[in-house]
Amino acid sequence: MSMFGTNDEERTDLTKEESRYVRARSRKLLGSLIDPIKTRIYFAIFLGVISTALRVAGPALIALGIDWALPKAILRQYNELWIVVITYLSAALATSILTYLFLMLTARLAQQMLFDLRNRMFVHTQKLSVEFHERYTAGRVIARQTSDLESIAELLSGGLNELVIGGLFMTFTAIALFLLDPTSFLILFGALLPLGILTRWFQVRTNRGYRKQRVASSRLIQYFVETMTGIRAVKAFRKEKRNEEHFGGLVEDYRKHNAHLIQLFGIYDPGLIMIGNVTVAAILLSGGYRVLDGSLGIGVLTAAILYARRFFDPMEEIAIFYNSYQSAASALEKISGVLEEEPSVPEPTNPVSFESARGEVGFQGVEFKYSTGPVILKKFDLKIPAGQTIALVGTTGAGKSTLAKLIARFYDPSQGSVKLDGTDLREISNKDLRREVVMVTQEAYLFSGTVIENIQLGRPGATIDEVIAAAKAVGAHQFISKLPEGYETDVNKRGGRVSAGQRQLISFARAFLANPAVLILDEATSSLDIPSERMVQAGLKSLLAGRTAVIIAHRLSTVSIADRVLVMEHGEIIEDDSPSKLAAGTGKFAKLYQAWKDSLVQ
Amino acid sequence: MQNSETGTVRVLWRLVPYAKKALPRIFLGVFAAIAAHLFALAIPQLLQGLVNSLVEGGLEALLPAVGFILLLGLLEAFFVLLRRWLVLTPGTHVEASMRNALYEKLQDLPVAFHDRWPSGQLLSRAVSDLSLIRRWLSFGFVLFTANLITIIVGLVILFTFNFWLGLIFFVATIPIWVAGFLFEGKYNVVARLSQDQSGDLATRVEEAVHGVRVLKSFGRGAFAASQFSSQATELRSTEMKKAKAVANIWLYLIMIPELAIGLSMLAGIWLVAEGEMSVGTLVAFFATAMVLRWPTESLGFLLSFTLEARTATERFFEVIDSENKIVDPVAPQVVSEPKGLLEFNNVRFQFPDVQSADGELLRGVNLRVEPGQSVALIGLTGCGKTTLTALSTRLYDVTGGSITIDGVDTRDLRREELRTLIAMAFEDATLFSSSVRENILLGNPTATEEDLKQAIEIAQAQFAYDLPNGLDTTIGEEGLSLSGGQRQRIALARAVAAKPKILVLDDPLSALDVDTEAMVEDALRHVLKDTTALIVAHRPSTVMLADKVALLQDGTITAFGTHQELLKSSEHYRYVITSLDIEQKEREVNL
Repeated sequence: MSMFGTNDEERTDLTKEESRYVRARSRKLLGSLIDPIKTRIYFAIFLGVISTALRVAGPALIALGIDWALPKAILRQYNELWIVVITYLSAALATSILTYLFLMLTARLAQQMLFDLRNRMFVHTQKLSVEFHERYTAGRVIARQTSDLESIAELLSGGLNELVIGGLFMTFTAIALFLLDPTSFLILFGALLPLGILTRWFQVRTNRGYRKQRVASSRLIQYFVETMTGIRAVKAFRKEKRNEEHFGGLVEDYRKHNAHLIQLFGIYDPGLIMIGNVTVAAILLSGGYRVLDGSLGIGVLTAAILYARRFFDPMEEIAIFYNSYQSAASALEKISGVLEEEPSVPEPTNPVSFESARGEVGFQGVEFKYSTGPVILKKFDLKIPAGQTIALVGTTGAGKSTLAKLIARFYDPSQGSVKLDGTDLREISNKDLRREVVMVTQEAYLFSGTVIENIQLGRPGATIDEVIAAAKAVGAHQFISKLPEGYETDVNKRGGRVSAGQRQLISFARAFLANPAVLILDEATSSLDIPSERMVQAGLKSLLAGRTAVIIAHRLSTVSIADRVLVMEHGEIIEDDSPSKLAAGTGKFAKLYQAWKDSLVQ
Repeated sequence: MQNSETGTVRVLWRLVPYAKKALPRIFLGVFAAIAAHLFALAIPQLLQGLVNSLVEGGLEALLPAVGFILLLGLLEAFFVLLRRWLVLTPGTHVEASMRNALYEKLQDLPVAFHDRWPSGQLLSRAVSDLSLIRRWLSFGFVLFTANLITIIVGLVILFTFNFWLGLIFFVATIPIWVAGFLFEGKYNVVARLSQDQSGDLATRVEEAVHGVRVLKSFGRGAFAASQFSSQATELRSTEMKKAKAVANIWLYLIMIPELAIGLSMLAGIWLVAEGEMSVGTLVAFFATAMVLRWPTESLGFLLSFTLEARTATERFFEVIDSENKIVDPVAPQVVSEPKGLLEFNNVRFQFPDVQSADGELLRGVNLRVEPGQSVALIGLTGCGKTTLTALSTRLYDVTGGSITIDGVDTRDLRREELRTLIAMAFEDATLFSSSVRENILLGNPTATEEDLKQAIEIAQAQFAYDLPNGLDTTIGEEGLSLSGGQRQRIALARAVAAKPKILVLDDPLSALDVDTEAMVEDALRHVLKDTTALIVAHRPSTVMLADKVALLQDGTITAFGTHQELLKSSEHYRYVITSLDIEQKEREVNL
């Protein structure tokens, strides 16, 4: 079991031990991503080292040219010159080609790791239970898989390269200078102190600045999107002026943070130039004296100046790298937290083999409560024979949906067991269970894609004829054929204009195609208008024929097709009989039924 | 591509009104940038003399020369600082003012415009395009101008050092410019593709998360994962194309200058050996080439940056130039003492994106809602009920006929006045990220506490008191998420709290359960007693709220009367509203 999982995410007061744990966790994740590509990473580093070393060799070769080849050339001996020049040109060619290879290889590796992480996250979040999704909320699951992955991508495919190349470049430059002229190296070394102070200052400030800027920009984006998606309400309630004021404030806020950031760059950049120029002047001064007393060649001095000037080039990139490193590290921590979560409804390790179900559902001594909240079901027993259609009736909070979710194994009971054909659901493999038990909910979620694709979700690989047959069976065919492109209509594109009721019809067709032994309909007809509902009533008969069904509905019109009605209150069944008998009695159902009839017959 | 130079200049010229205040400082920034570059270029000049005197063994020249070089170096840094300081603030102000202008325009544009433009498209204009324009103004434009001048000056210097060395450098720069320019164009194409693809991938993630119950219920997690994986593979290969473009440009950026330096070395040392040139000049040449390296490399990028800025500007003006046909009248009329008579006179409507000749949704709707009367609007899904309600407050404009309030055409009223007279509740209740209180008082910010309480009661939204911070709880996108029924009740309370003369309710109770619906209906009756109301309804119980019923069929009102009258007279009405009823009665025989 995880020590933290996602629980630590919002906390800022982690103890030392805890944050060590979190860091170790994300290191472990990183390690598991790196492991399969380890050798190639070593090779990439090798390429980087060689190509940078060759690039740094340039000024040294120039020095060689001036101090060694030039005197000979004056004597009309050109061999040395050719050697130096050809070496220089070969080094130039080699370094550019090796850099190319280095960049390509690191990009491939970075993409491989990202791809791996993306897939892992997707598969894992799909595996996690409904309980997790309800607790963690959709927005955060999505953020982990989009913006957090994005910041890791940014680091891997941009920053890390710059850091490796830049770091190597500075190291080799320093080494070259040291070999060429230790005195100049010492001067450069002395420049590291102001450079370090300036860079540290820059990093701390920009890190803070970026964080503020991100907050400001996401506020701005949020407000903008909310205005545009709610434009009807904005106009209808004359919110424009107020919006402009508020948005103007957000824009100004963002501007200030942005300006502050640019200002930091505006100081850092000339600061680097200044340190570089002072260093060059100092090297020139000390070198000049030594040239005069003959202890230093002009060429070496030239190379030293070139080295010193180039030494500072990668600094800005390296300083920025720190920021992207930080945001990627915190993203990785959060992602590793999600990956550490384990499904609270786990797959059985040794599933009972399950060929095809008759559809008998049983509750035995079931007790259930949501992680935070009161007990919903207590010692609950129920037997639904195969093929029976059950209607669940009761007020909100009576436990109807909980019952449905337990049958679909979205949750496991805390005590007792839920059984299908006498087998505990916890012992049936996910694949078998989902084939036999299907739940259709009120939200009737449609995925982007055509109507066909959406219905096919019930049984991937179903032919178009089968899809159409399913749609006809549930009464969805008529409206689908009237859509702009019929079954090929993209449901989420504008112009598709699929209403809530039509969505529900499509999800009925989906369930029909899946052909499960047990079907659960949780408020699945709530949004239908009356003519559509009438169509569904007819369709329902074919949908429910030959299978066990549990129907939850506010509107009693649906109830009449049930074989048996269960009236629930506070997690208990208070009435249990056929609809006609209950309606004729004096219980709660009879009252509800009368009220409903009154609302219809005017 | 039709982006001829003049075209680009003309497009970017349109930024002038927004950038007017900033321009003086931006131009000063150009001068500061040129100055900084010139100081950097001057250093090698001094170096030349210094090295030559070192070769000759003159000590006295050393100190002043180094001092001078140091001074030039400090001046360079100072002018870079000055340039940054000059262009910084004005740039962000231009960006902010353009952003506000865009937002203002978008809010003013009619709903039909927003139907056509997904909010993501608008967002990228408001955020990334404008920030690109800002960066171009304060960096792209400044550096492009300054670097161009620097390169010209630098080339002249190189040629004065030595013709052949200058020529080598000059020839080498051309492929760099070309490569930089081509790269940027190619890179932008793949970058945009990768943006689209990662957007698609994000959509896939969102759907899989929002639809996780469906995927679980059907056991399609693995199926979704394989679809995701194949899309992720596509993205990966696009990212590799991007990386390849980057690696390619680096190949040229490293190779060409290095080759040029190698060749210069060959030529330079030979020239020095021949006595055609001094050692000092050779050293100065290398130093100058080093200074010119970055401005040269950047020119290609900056040029295509300019083209990008042009595209961003075009995209910005695409919105700003959009014509708004739903505007306030030139000579607005006023309904001085509104009574609330709402009339639809032969109203016709066709969605602008529907082209076909028989695409008219409303074909002559005539409906008169007397002051204080409430009318239920009934019809099949998709028959235009919602559209008709949207026409009443000019969210769309009629394409034929007219809508009048107390005899005044709605197009002759200021929009603000019209929308004060009419308050709406939509089926998909839109709530904004603010407190419950602010959401309810949206249409009437100065309402009293008593009004608020009353509106909450009527909409049966008392649950709001029990939220974590009561009425001050933040809801909407950024806040607490509410159930569909709760949202609807808040939206209904909002419409009621606006205390309008005319209330337009688009199926306002669809997401409520039966008990709550009954309670809301009871409470609403009081409000409807003296408010004109048009109510879109699906259920008989909602119909009961209204005094009269209007049946919308095939784009016209085909029946008007009380519920009972229509039950008797209209077959279509019976089909739409009572089919279950009848079926129910049949079944009752069996019960």
